[in-house]
Amino acid sequence: MFEALREGLSEEMERDPKVCVIGEDVGDYGGSYKVTKGFSEKFGSWRVLDTPIAENSFTGMAIGSAMTGLRPVVEGMNMGFLLLAYNQIANNCGMLHYTSGGQFTIPIVIRGPGGVGRQLGAEHSQRLESYFQSVPGLQMVACSTPYNAKGLMKAAIRCENPVILYEHVLLYNLKEKIPDEEYVCCLEEAEMVRPGTEITILTYSRMRYHVTQAAKTLVDRGYDPEIIDIRSLKPFDMYTIGESVRKTHRVLIVEECMRTGGIGASLRSAIMESFWDELDGPIGCLSSQDVPTPYSGPLEELTVVQPHQIVTAVENLCGKK
Amino acid sequence: MQGIMESIQTLCSGDHGNEGFMQDDEDEEEENGVGRLTSWAELLGFGLAVFSEAIAPQLQCFCDRTLGFAVGQGGSREAWIKAVAMAMSLVRKAVKKGWVGALAPAARVMSQALSTASEPITLDIPVPFKAHKVETPSVTVETSAQELTNFFKTMFIMRRMEIAADSLYKSKFIRGFCHLYDGQEAVCVGMEAALNDKDCIITAYRDHCTHLGRGGSVLEVFAELMGRKDGCSLGKGGSMHMYNKKGGFYGGNGIVGAQTPLGAGLAFAQKYLKVEGVTLAMYGDGAANQGQLFEAMNISALWNLPVIYVCENNHYGMGTAEWRSAKSPEYYKRGDYIPGLKVDGMDCLAVKQAVKYAKEYALQNGPMVLEMDTYRYHGHSMSDPGSTYRTRDEISGVRQERDPIERIRKLLLSNNIATVAELKTMEKEAKKEVEDALSKAKESPSPDSDELFTHVYRKGYGAKAYGADRKEVVVKLP
Repeated sequence: MFEALREGLSEEMERDPKVCVIGEDVGDYGGSYKVTKGFSEKFGSWRVLDTPIAENSFTGMAIGSAMTGLRPVVEGMNMGFLLLAYNQIANNCGMLHYTSGGQFTIPIVIRGPGGVGRQLGAEHSQRLESYFQSVPGLQMVACSTPYNAKGLMKAAIRCENPVILYEHVLLYNLKEKIPDEEYVCCLEEAEMVRPGTEITILTYSRMRYHVTQAAKTLVDRGYDPEIIDIRSLKPFDMYTIGESVRKTHRVLIVEECMRTGGIGASLRSAIMESFWDELDGPIGCLSSQDVPTPYSGPLEELTVVQPHQIVTAVENLCGKK
Repeated sequence: MQGIMESIQTLCSGDHGNEGFMQDDEDEEEENGVGRLTSWAELLGFGLAVFSEAIAPQLQCFCDRTLGFAVGQGGSREAWIKAVAMAMSLVRKAVKKGWVGALAPAARVMSQALSTASEPITLDIPVPFKAHKVETPSVTVETSAQELTNFFKTMFIMRRMEIAADSLYKSKFIRGFCHLYDGQEAVCVGMEAALNDKDCIITAYRDHCTHLGRGGSVLEVFAELMGRKDGCSLGKGGSMHMYNKKGGFYGGNGIVGAQTPLGAGLAFAQKYLKVEGVTLAMYGDGAANQGQLFEAMNISALWNLPVIYVCENNHYGMGTAEWRSAKSPEYYKRGDYIPGLKVDGMDCLAVKQAVKYAKEYALQNGPMVLEMDTYRYHGHSMSDPGSTYRTRDEISGVRQERDPIERIRKLLLSNNIATVAELKTMEKEAKKEVEDALSKAKESPSPDSDELFTHVYRKGYGAKAYGADRKEVVVKLP
């Protein structure tokens, strides 16, 4: 997947000279996850900028330069480090288009790996979707496959709004064959992973793979789940989700975010508000536990949703077969 | 008067290098037509006051540009000659097209060229600069009568505007926070005299006058303060969020210190896009202790960005005096490896000199810090009386000894540029301008309810997708 991101970024940088990359160790080092490998030689040090470790100010710089029309791509070495830049993202990035009465747009992309990895510890396993979801003016997308990673990267760079692109540490080595010709994914649309009739399972990022794994067990047991990768975390693709709810009448949300105030919590209330009459039962929501991610392997596995929990939840919602 | 008439005749006889003012290609016959101008110049030179004021707005704009050009070029003799040449070409075009009314604005330009002296005046700055790791600029500054008069007029308008905002706040037309700039006007007016439209300014929340300096109008400021539709941010920004994209003014920021990395970003964009301009990232003595300022200074020094950090030191960070919040209140030295200058911020000419010097430096060598030693008469904001942490004697002392408007007034009177009566007229005009803008702003309506949801997202970007409003075209996923 990191190669898909690299291809997407490279194509956009070739297409538009105003696109530049700002981040720690993105230049000569090639990026801590090799997404910008080779860019320094190809585009020069003025388009691939190695910054000192000062997230607040380089995010602020990226926002300032975006106000004049440049299209910076800010890389957070780990999404958790972007909490230091929260003021700039929430107050300046999201709001400038509104408070200036439409005079300035901020076509910035903020990307980086987040999510629970392999025993990285609590501070390096942050899921920032929940913190940024209420900032008005931002768009958030989460990529999950090499195909949609490249497409979403390109779309995010071309978008006039500030976009946060959430990648996942454990998905960088995924391999998939993607088309040679140019394509762009839609930022606000969800992806149908597996059509079904019995229950709608909404997921994003790494949990997509846990869900598809659970689906194999479910299909064996006679269930027919419809799996949708919501991709767009802000705004939600209520159209695709709504069509699915009208078909299946049952919803389960599987996410890696925290239980309190996470994406699942917002999505749950949005679905309930719009599609109450279509629902046959309560909306299930499986999220990570409200604890700092422990270092110990077995404990870390307990924090995140596992496939067997998904199977149990579907059985409870749909009835045993 | 005689000297100027001679120079006009010289220019009309074609002995000057006429670079590009005549924008029409049809001006080939200019060489022949020039001879006729000598008589036009003589005619206009004498009958000026007779012409009427009512002319087409476009011509008004052309003439303002002419004036602005001359003033912007420092009001030097050469600049005035060029401005008059422009006015001449306007007259010729107008006569060709039959716009007799164009004579009035051209005449006004001429009369101002003749009546206000354009010769440079050299003055000495009384309070010396203090420098850190750089040479001090010269204390002798070149200015002109026109420039000093403009300083006076602009600062007076700013002062009246801020005082009007004070009473608006007290009568509850302005709500929330209102941070007034009176006392500090010399900083933004002096800066503008050394900058052009390629430069960018970004400042904190005390931005009403900075907005004006960058090309905003008093009406826009008042309307925005009252949250009306005609405000510069359509009423959605308020006191702390005024922006002017055309004028290169990037706000208007509420969070203390957050504008300094943005300023570094603006300078980065200027260097990236190879624009010959500098960015002035302004902040206060309170913000000077923010970590992000030093982060921004580090990056801008590392990458040699053309940014000038301007610390408007009014000695009080809200209620905390500078000696209580900063271990080292010598803010011009706190850039450490970045050179700095301390400037008397109540003196327009000192500010102009320092910014001119800093701009040359920044375009060659990278960032510089300017500390403007200034003072605010009001409290931090309207909810702060301003007297609990400082004495009234201190405030009135500064007002008597260092007030920027009084300083310029004394210069105008002592250099015989204006009489007491003329200054009174200018003051009256300024008061009227502010009052007119205020009444117009009061008539402006509140924004419509659906404006609540506009400008949150920007729709569409031309690729195979659509904006946040999903009612538009759908993309087919494979």
